[in-house]
Amino acid sequence: MLISTGIPTKEDLQGVTPPAQRRAKGPVAMAECFQKIPCNPCAASCPVKAIHIGEDINECPTIDFDLCTGCGTCLTKCPGLAIFIVDESHSDTTALVRLPFEYLPLPEAGQYAMGLDRAGGELGWFKVARVIRGNSRNLTHTICLEVPRELSMEVRNIREGGYRNG
Amino acid sequence: MIRDAEILVVGGGPAGLCAAQAAAEMGAKVLVLERDYAPGGQLVKQTHKFFGSEKQHAGERGFQIGEDLLKEIQASPNVEIMSETTVLGCYEDGVVTALRGDKHLKFRPQRLIITTGAAEKFLAFPGNDLPGVYGAGAVQTLMNVAGIKPAERVLMVGSGNIGLIVSYQLKQAGVEIAAIVEAAPRIGGYLVHASKIRRAGIPILTGWTVKEVLGAEQVEGAVICQLDEKFQQIPGTEKRVECDAICLAVGLTPLTELCWQAGCEMKFVRELSGHVPVVDDKLETTRPGIYAAGDVTGIEEASSAMVEGRIAGYSAAESLGRSPEAAAKGREEAQADLRQLRAGPTGGKINAGIEKMKQEGGTVHVNLYGYSH
Repeated sequence: MLISTGIPTKEDLQGVTPPAQRRAKGPVAMAECFQKIPCNPCAASCPVKAIHIGEDINECPTIDFDLCTGCGTCLTKCPGLAIFIVDESHSDTTALVRLPFEYLPLPEAGQYAMGLDRAGGELGWFKVARVIRGNSRNLTHTICLEVPRELSMEVRNIREGGYRNG
Repeated sequence: MIRDAEILVVGGGPAGLCAAQAAAEMGAKVLVLERDYAPGGQLVKQTHKFFGSEKQHAGERGFQIGEDLLKEIQASPNVEIMSETTVLGCYEDGVVTALRGDKHLKFRPQRLIITTGAAEKFLAFPGNDLPGVYGAGAVQTLMNVAGIKPAERVLMVGSGNIGLIVSYQLKQAGVEIAAIVEAAPRIGGYLVHASKIRRAGIPILTGWTVKEVLGAEQVEGAVICQLDEKFQQIPGTEKRVECDAICLAVGLTPLTELCWQAGCEMKFVRELSGHVPVVDDKLETTRPGIYAAGDVTGIEEASSAMVEGRIAGYSAAESLGRSPEAAAKGREEAQADLRQLRAGPTGGKINAGIEKMKQEGGTVHVNLYGYSH
């Protein structure tokens, strides 16, 4: 149970996962935000208005996956670091997962980082395709991780430090 | 010598600064007394992004919100902030006394806004007096203000927002978190914070507590154990945890001494985390001219404290006839913001607490000076 462990369950995730067809088309956002708290920067920041929260800022966000371009603006704005961008069109076997990251050191593009699941469990060493540094005000970095396609819905973090060069 | 002040704000945290800003905007002269060496209160230590809506600076980090607020206030000719000034008392004739260095200062304000915040609760267990047993606030101050790594491996007690956030910040500072233990069966803080630290590999153990701390001269480890549904320790469930510090994040309680001393009616409201002054919708206490805002009126988020500060600041200005129409409008807007912040389930508890606070009866009234209202 999410409320007793902090780990979202399959049932929790079902309601917020973009359909496989949509994921295969290209980058799309996924908000792992399951609790009504007063917060709406994701919806306010979306340049294509794909995220809906509405008048009551306590509502959980819903994403129109057809409108969403996977630009990642919401990912850097979400105060809960709960939004991820998944792109299964990356190659036949791999997906790109973009995740928010606020630890040091940062990996460099081309290095390998230990990918972690929602419980912090190790999933393997994955190539860092790109690192987008947060600006001086926002400070949240974005890590683009190349992962086996079947793990695109599992990888949600990397371990800070100990990066490998190949 | 007694110094006159139009509005005196006690405490330069998020509520106090917002109160000062709102009142000054209406043309009132405001003096803020802050006991720390710099204003900002708990905002200066908050390196995580705040929730809320854009109007409440959502997405900005606490310390950035504090810096921005201070910049604006320092640009205002109507606000003076005196740091390293500890308010000592509030007397029957309305005089407020304070200590600054070795000087005993006296003020006679026309309006007083009390934004003294909260104090951390403590927990009783064997070994809790050993060096290495910290309050979460102290750990945050060491890390984020003084730049000192407080420990190598910490056991966090409490999974409210403070426990979760300080665990995250410790991990960011390169400190290992052995575990977060939470006596309740549910995580107390926001689940996005919990998920964020869980996926960093930090275990959150609900239904567990710290049984004792080990060590002769300092913390050398701890024993944790499971609790039953009545919060009683279950024998045989003990586990040893390797750690060199224990961090207690077991809740806050309003810091209300000044309200008591001022003779404000007080009430114990569990939902608001302790004794709180009875206030009306303008955040005026039962002693006319004395307002209270922020955690002192009940433990809540910093975002609500800032909005409450605005309400108190506008209300005080309005009552002094400082741009009364604009002040009333500002207050109404802030009241609407507060309703919005409290509209969800997390605000439900606060709303229930406020209802109780407003109900007839149950007031504790230590009237030291025999005021009549």
